[in-house]
Amino acid sequence: MARADGYTAFVGTPVGRRLASTLGLPRPVPLRRYEPGQPVTEGPVLVGGHGDTPALAALRGGLVAAGVDVVDEAGEDARLAGVVVDLTAAEDPADLESLRALLSPALRRLDRCARVVVVGRHPESASGVAQRAARRALEGVTRSVAKELRAGATANLVLVTEGAEAAALGTVGFLLSARSAYVDGQVVRVGGGSVPDAAVQAERPLAGTVAAVTGAARGIGAEIARTLARDGARVVCVDVPGAGAPLAAVANEVGGTALQTDVTDERAGARILEHATQRHGGLDLVVHNAGITRDKLLANTDAQRWASVLDVNLRSIVRMNETLLAPGALRAGGRVVLVSSIAGIAGNRGQSSYAASKAGVIGLVDGYAADAGLRRRRITVNAVAPGFVETEMTARIPLATREVGRRLNSLSQGGLPVDVAETVAFFAGDGQAAVTGNVVRVCGQSLLGA
Amino acid sequence: MTTTRRAAVLGGNRIPFARQFGPYAEASNQDMLTSALEGLVARYGLAGERLGEVVAGAVIKHSRDFNLTREAVLGSSLSPDTPAYDVQQACGTGLEASILLANKIALGQADSGIAGGVDSASDAPVVVAERLRRKLLRLSRARSTADRAKALAQIRPTDIGIQVPGASEPRTGMTMGQHMAITAERWGITREAQDELALASHHRLATAYEAGFFDDLMTPYLGLTQDQNLRPGTTLDKLASLRTVFGEGEGATMTAGNSTPLSDGAATVLLGSEEWAQAHGLKPLAFFVDGETAAVDHVSGDEGLLMAPAYAVPRMLARQGLTLQDFDLYEIHEAFASTVLSTLAAWESESFCRDRLGLDAPLGSIDRDRLNVTGSSLAAGHPFAATGGRIVATLAKLLAERGSGSRGLVSVCAAGGQGVVAILEAA
Ligand SMILES: NC(=O)c1ccc[n+]([C@@H]2O[C@H](COP(=O)([O-])OP(=O)(O)OC[C@H]3O[C@@H](n4cnc5c(N)ncnc54)[C@H](O)[C@@H]3O)[C@@H](O)[C@H]2O)c1
Repeated sequence: MARADGYTAFVGTPVGRRLASTLGLPRPVPLRRYEPGQPVTEGPVLVGGHGDTPALAALRGGLVAAGVDVVDEAGEDARLAGVVVDLTAAEDPADLESLRALLSPALRRLDRCARVVVVGRHPESASGVAQRAARRALEGVTRSVAKELRAGATANLVLVTEGAEAAALGTVGFLLSARSAYVDGQVVRVGGGSVPDAAVQAERPLAGTVAAVTGAARGIGAEIARTLARDGARVVCVDVPGAGAPLAAVANEVGGTALQTDVTDERAGARILEHATQRHGGLDLVVHNAGITRDKLLANTDAQRWASVLDVNLRSIVRMNETLLAPGALRAGGRVVLVSSIAGIAGNRGQSSYAASKAGVIGLVDGYAADAGLRRRRITVNAVAPGFVETEMTARIPLATREVGRRLNSLSQGGLPVDVAETVAFFAGDGQAAVTGNVVRVCGQSLLGA
Repeated sequence: MTTTRRAAVLGGNRIPFARQFGPYAEASNQDMLTSALEGLVARYGLAGERLGEVVAGAVIKHSRDFNLTREAVLGSSLSPDTPAYDVQQACGTGLEASILLANKIALGQADSGIAGGVDSASDAPVVVAERLRRKLLRLSRARSTADRAKALAQIRPTDIGIQVPGASEPRTGMTMGQHMAITAERWGITREAQDELALASHHRLATAYEAGFFDDLMTPYLGLTQDQNLRPGTTLDKLASLRTVFGEGEGATMTAGNSTPLSDGAATVLLGSEEWAQAHGLKPLAFFVDGETAAVDHVSGDEGLLMAPAYAVPRMLARQGLTLQDFDLYEIHEAFASTVLSTLAAWESESFCRDRLGLDAPLGSIDRDRLNVTGSSLAAGHPFAATGGRIVATLAKLLAERGSGSRGLVSVCAAGGQGVVAILEAA
């Protein structure tokens, strides 16, 4: 499952390493991935920032409680598992020097698969242009650091609203942990309104919840089902009747139930809700993962081809959600996770219909996240946007194209379905009530749509 | 013992039925039964569950499959603590298994269980001729090399020849089709009537597929997503053009179109008490009301091989105080179109009901719009032991859709002059 591709394995050998270094080829390393029982980080995590670092003040206790070795200073040759930089107090671009001063010497001492997490504030809520510029600058510096890092290390930015600092604990914990292996150069927004405190993810954070995953018979959807089940959820696995055999295998593997229905069927939403309610007593989480591609240049795309992609990838979600998100359906505190794609952000030649549908999914996230009714019921809506993920689908791409797709990112490798699944599970977590309206790319900081 | 309680049909799962030597040609009975179980386990979230029992069987069985159902359970996601046993009552196997399990549940001996059946006409055991078999056994008993050589020398080239078991009756040497042809002629069943029944079977099954009726009754297997034998586009003309395969001369009426083909497949049904169902978030579809088995003397020719249900049903009706018309739906297994039509004709016949059944009046006719409303074996195919499970699950779902209290009659004929029938009632 979590096997490195051939090239990654090759450059791990002495000969491969030398050859890659001589030729200046990318040198991907096998990423650290989550296993139950694993500590959040292995090694000290340096913390610091600007001014009185209000976010760190709120987060430190939770990180320590989760077993993170939080240090304010590190000896000259100590290896670091991560750095958390709190710039929430930045008032002016001059204050960014605090970030440089902390990070610059630390970067050289990062371990394999280390983590840089920058914490800042939403630029839109700045009190003046200088502050806004300083806040916006964090995105540029974080993305650049992510590109500078080597050996599986990542850098991401968390934006928290004032008063919501503690609610960002789950997000910071996720970004420090191996669960975020392929999340790189991303911005996660936390807060808005009053928000409960979060915890770093526990062993079975979804225990007692009921999840429905569409497109669960294989690929990313099957891995999402496994990951949610591992985290304690009872999973309703949904796929087309024709995929019933692998669907049954997944459902039985995760101790869930199989529901054979096409998501474009007008009764699909009602079937999912009825199944979850009758069998498992309710519904807490919906993951709209089912998706198809019918790639062709727009010049050669007829109405039927166009419609099939939009129907499955976008319109079915709107239709199902009319039922699933109706009052009394998805339980209060519920979660909705959509699956977009970097093609929906960057666009892709030959993928007009697909990109339209996946960009539309981002529109849905924006729309639902702004819905006052859903907010009142504490329902969050987020999306993952996978980049190049090693699945049966991408295995069929011609070798050369596939090799390019796989390497064109900061981690120089394709992601695994589990990487997408971990991010879905993160959004689903109990502590993530303040994380809504996000589109997090799971793409190893792909150059596409950067 | 104790008072009885109601046994509920909670759902079912089968794999699409394939034609002999079709996509399941390489699949064993155990493979197919395990697959059908896995789909059921997935649909109802039973992974790791210990059920009261699993009872199933196959008509054509390898000797190595002495514990077929138990082995299928061990290969499934059910808890290995789930006991299992095989039954075999020819084509009645699946229905008989369901009745057995329902009875145990009714008596409180089990809270839940799965009944079913499987058959492969493709992966059939190959049997050597009786003479060769004896000589081979003698060879395996031989101790010394000399004895072995002697035993081996006795095997003549003419001994070698294999027999693939067919659907012929041991005591008459006649195939089921030949038997049926006699009965069909006795009851004057026309070619047209048979073809019409076959046509309805195909059209109704096709309509049911289109409506998604089987989405929660079936799990695809080896690339097959619906019954391979189904011909949605068949017409009376096409059926009329087929040559007859059973019966002789002018009077022959039975074709490959109005007879079921040899098939491969498996079917399962989940049964449980109401309490068990509730604890598992399941809604009963229908309850088992009664079951009855009958047999007739087909050897002497006193009665047709497949006519036993004509006797079983009236006995069960009398016990229940019901008439033949008290049903919303009828599922009469289409071994041959003429089987269904002969049975219906018998129930309509004054003399048959008087002389054979000892009744004052005929049972009468049934509303044909209530018969096999989603098609039956002529369209779906008929892997012998799997048919009962197919019918019970289908009928239970149909009754549940029709609403509480609606009643259904099941009738399945079987080799050896036997018949198994049952009544289900919507929950
Ligand atoms: N693999 C990648 O690199 C990648 C990248 C970006 C986005 N994605 C997205 O991730 C999701 C999963 O992708 P994957 O690679 O696992 O694809 P996949 O083709 O391996 O699996 C998709 C599953 O969805 C099911 N499905 C398709 N249409 C359906 C319908 N109408 N109703 C119900 N189920 C249906 C399929 O049967 C299949 O099991 C998709 O939304 C895809 O667009 C994948």
